[in-house]
Amino acid sequence: MAQQLTAKEPTAEQIAEQKIYKQMGVTDYEYELICGFLGRKPNYTEIGVFSVMWSEHCSYKNSKPILKKFPVTGPKVLMGPGEGAGIVDIGDNQAVVFKIESHNHPSAIEPYQGAATGVGGIIRDIFSMGARPVALLNSLRFGRLENERVKYLFEHVVSGIAGYGNCIGIPTVAGEVMFDESYEGNPLVNAMCVGLIDHDRIQRGVAKGVGNPVFYVGPPTGRDGIHGATFASEELTEESEAKRPAVQVGDPFMEKLVMEATLELIESGIVLGIQDMGAAGLTCSSAEMASKAGNGLELYLDEVPQREKGMTPYEMMLSESQERMLFVIEPQHEAQAREIFERWGVLCVKVGKVTDDGRLRLFHQGEVVADMPVKALVDECPVYNKPSKEPAYYAEQAKIDTSAYPEVTDLNDALRKVLASPTVASKEWVYNQYDYMVRTSTAVQPGSDAAVVTIRGTRKALAMTTDCNGRYVYLDPEVGGRIAVAEAARNIVCSGAEPLAITDNLNFGNPEKPEVFWQLEKAADGISEACCTLETPVIGGNVSLYNENAKGAIYPTPVIGMVGLVTDIDHITTQGFKREGDVIVLVGETKAELGGSEFQYVVHGKTEGRPPAIDLAVEKKTLDAVLAAIRQGLVASAHDLSEGGLAVALAESCISGGKGAAVRIATELRPDVALFSESQSRILLSAGPEHAAALTALLAERGVPHAIIGEVKGSSLTIDVNGKTGVDAPIEQLEKVWKDAIPCLMQ
Amino acid sequence: MKFAVLVFPGSNCDIDCYKAVEDTIGQKVDYVWHTATDLSGYDAILVPGGFSYGDYLRCGAIARFAPVMNAVREAAEAGKYVLGICNGFQILTEAGLLPGALRRNRNLKFICRQAPLEVVNNRTPFTNQYASGEVIRIPIAHGEGNYYCDEETLERLKANNQIVFRYANGDNPNGSVYDIAGICNEQGNVVGMMPHPERAVDQLLGSEDGKRMFTSILSAWRERHGAAVNG
Repeated sequence: MAQQLTAKEPTAEQIAEQKIYKQMGVTDYEYELICGFLGRKPNYTEIGVFSVMWSEHCSYKNSKPILKKFPVTGPKVLMGPGEGAGIVDIGDNQAVVFKIESHNHPSAIEPYQGAATGVGGIIRDIFSMGARPVALLNSLRFGRLENERVKYLFEHVVSGIAGYGNCIGIPTVAGEVMFDESYEGNPLVNAMCVGLIDHDRIQRGVAKGVGNPVFYVGPPTGRDGIHGATFASEELTEESEAKRPAVQVGDPFMEKLVMEATLELIESGIVLGIQDMGAAGLTCSSAEMASKAGNGLELYLDEVPQREKGMTPYEMMLSESQERMLFVIEPQHEAQAREIFERWGVLCVKVGKVTDDGRLRLFHQGEVVADMPVKALVDECPVYNKPSKEPAYYAEQAKIDTSAYPEVTDLNDALRKVLASPTVASKEWVYNQYDYMVRTSTAVQPGSDAAVVTIRGTRKALAMTTDCNGRYVYLDPEVGGRIAVAEAARNIVCSGAEPLAITDNLNFGNPEKPEVFWQLEKAADGISEACCTLETPVIGGNVSLYNENAKGAIYPTPVIGMVGLVTDIDHITTQGFKREGDVIVLVGETKAELGGSEFQYVVHGKTEGRPPAIDLAVEKKTLDAVLAAIRQGLVASAHDLSEGGLAVALAESCISGGKGAAVRIATELRPDVALFSESQSRILLSAGPEHAAALTALLAERGVPHAIIGEVKGSSLTIDVNGKTGVDAPIEQLEKVWKDAIPCLMQ
Repeated sequence: MKFAVLVFPGSNCDIDCYKAVEDTIGQKVDYVWHTATDLSGYDAILVPGGFSYGDYLRCGAIARFAPVMNAVREAAEAGKYVLGICNGFQILTEAGLLPGALRRNRNLKFICRQAPLEVVNNRTPFTNQYASGEVIRIPIAHGEGNYYCDEETLERLKANNQIVFRYANGDNPNGSVYDIAGICNEQGNVVGMMPHPERAVDQLLGSEDGKRMFTSILSAWRERHGAAVNG
């Protein structure tokens, strides 16, 4: 597409007359605004630059009113949204840097490269802050795994993530994968990176100091990924396949070299400002760096390293070739900077200069080819308050009584079915392809509630997780938004850490549909409420809209990436039962809540009703109590109850620990409801018999409902409900069902 | 005793090897750049894992031409201890310091997990602290760890006691010939292995069975240089 257009670029007049800007996603109204800012009609390069800067992906023009809802400050927040990634203090002059980002549309078209470059992009966001990346996570959503196209996407997305992360040597330690037909044709691929930094090394993307040189580092610019940001800001259609050139190609080896060289450069202390070239490449990085410093910038495009001959300014500015960075230093440090990049074999070229006139001015072959006000590019994109309307389904769902389902009496069979559901089943097939151990800091590996990564030279560690149940959010966006944050916090606490902050990835449908915008608003309300109560501010994130397939919008899926601090490695806790004879305690109350549950989906073939309710104050109290118990050494294992409810949590704790359990529950609920309800704020604990009394006393003292429901015992899981055997299955058998499910489907 | 950890562009287990030497035996250790030409100041050379030069050609095929590899060859000839782990093993086979080759895993996928290993030869400088036949747990993390050699080479490896580690308990993750996980040269001073002992030096991280590889090297070196020498 790009090549045809650039064979002969249209003139400013033609762009206006033929409304060529519309192909770039610029509306008539926006075009008029741009003409106003320039005082004339934009030429082809200029309208191209404006179109990407004013795309939803770069400008957040549709989501800004939503993002304003989020709490973004806190006593430990060193940097909130706005830079490459947010930063939170973890004491001792150290801080943790993290962010999540989506690569949904590229992955739908070209799964390997789409996923790989998603990982590459988020890593650059972290090291461009000056931080050493220490862990990767990912959150994936696909259609039903029985579908051949889904299998293809799943296989290649996982291999793309593995290919990039393994090569660059950053462990992929955690994540989640869920399958539901809602995501068919529009998979979600969200990648998160976590880094460590010393306070005095924190960098910003600012073009400081008028007259200072601007350097380009990384591989040459090619014609790949042109208009990637625009592509990400529209719905996928059958024609999307033709936009394959808008998908970039990753080179993790190059990024490893760029990363090491960049970190060395930052360590040398000479960097004034640095930013990676992500979405909208050279355009976005140069405009944003100038904007943040209140300066202007000149770029000499003939100097930009080019992979192909005859590239036009339009192509160079809009290319999303990967693994590139832009930085500013003082002129006297030029030789020092060049020496570092030369040693790592990475191109480092002076391509521009900081100016004082607030313009982004591009030179090519002796001419000024674009001259635009930086402020207009970065700050003046109109913000839209989209119309919002409660969808008809919302009221309809409230009328559905999920407790009226016929009773399922074969609970052994039901448990096996839920364990074999790819959403619940073991993800070993996935994470065994990821190098989750490189850097030798992974204390809790994939497969527990949250991964834990130690910090060398300290007793501290970081816990991290990603969570979101899109079914809950669909059925009730506000409640689903709250649950996404609460579940992440529960996972963090279960691993022995104190929740610090979140990064969010708002994956929604087309915001121009009022019903989708309503979902977005309500989910954001829910997330904000939970973040306030659980004291986990939002320090950055990403918005991915226009996720639609032929049947309409995907389930609204605001993925929450959370990081917590383990203050002493002795507190690290995992989900597996530890010792025969340990007492099993269920924390929290179980109610008849099957709406949006995995049991409802797998056994009844439905997703309907209202999702489980959540009381954030109760959640907070529960988390505080459980963390206190863990810190006092009273807890042997901890596991959050989520998809599949109590039955699945028990099975997972048994399988992970290689131990059985004898459980007896007394309940007023129907047995199938009691075992598979997904009521919130529940945690399964086990404790040595010598600690059981202290543990229950602590919970009672803090007003947290709980019950001793059995003990770790033998090699089978038995669950008696009101004196009658509900489940009785050898662990070995449950493990086989749980572990074989995905490999069998993928054969 | 002094260790060198080689760094090629794309090495990513260099830091882990460095830390393992520091943490397990507290000996001196330096990173040595791929352009170095002199390793005479070192007693042991660790060729770490990773993706040297991106592994875009055959794994290790470009690294073998790095200037430092001549120095590695000299060190090996001088009887110094050379240990190649994962990509390091691939580099040593490409460089002809060890026989055979590493092909793509049988399932064509990268595999990362703990693997049970049988210590077949405990009379190398790298394994003297293990019992012969002992089964230890060391993680693997590779896409191309499927060891291959022809019949004749395999017979020679067996006859010379050059097979150091085999995947145990019938758990051959990658399709390696004769379940081979690690081998040594005829002299026994050069070892290559796919599993990562440097990742198994702390119970917190899942296993400390790799520790004794490092204590073995130190013990062999002390024996060679007389007990009076302080490392």
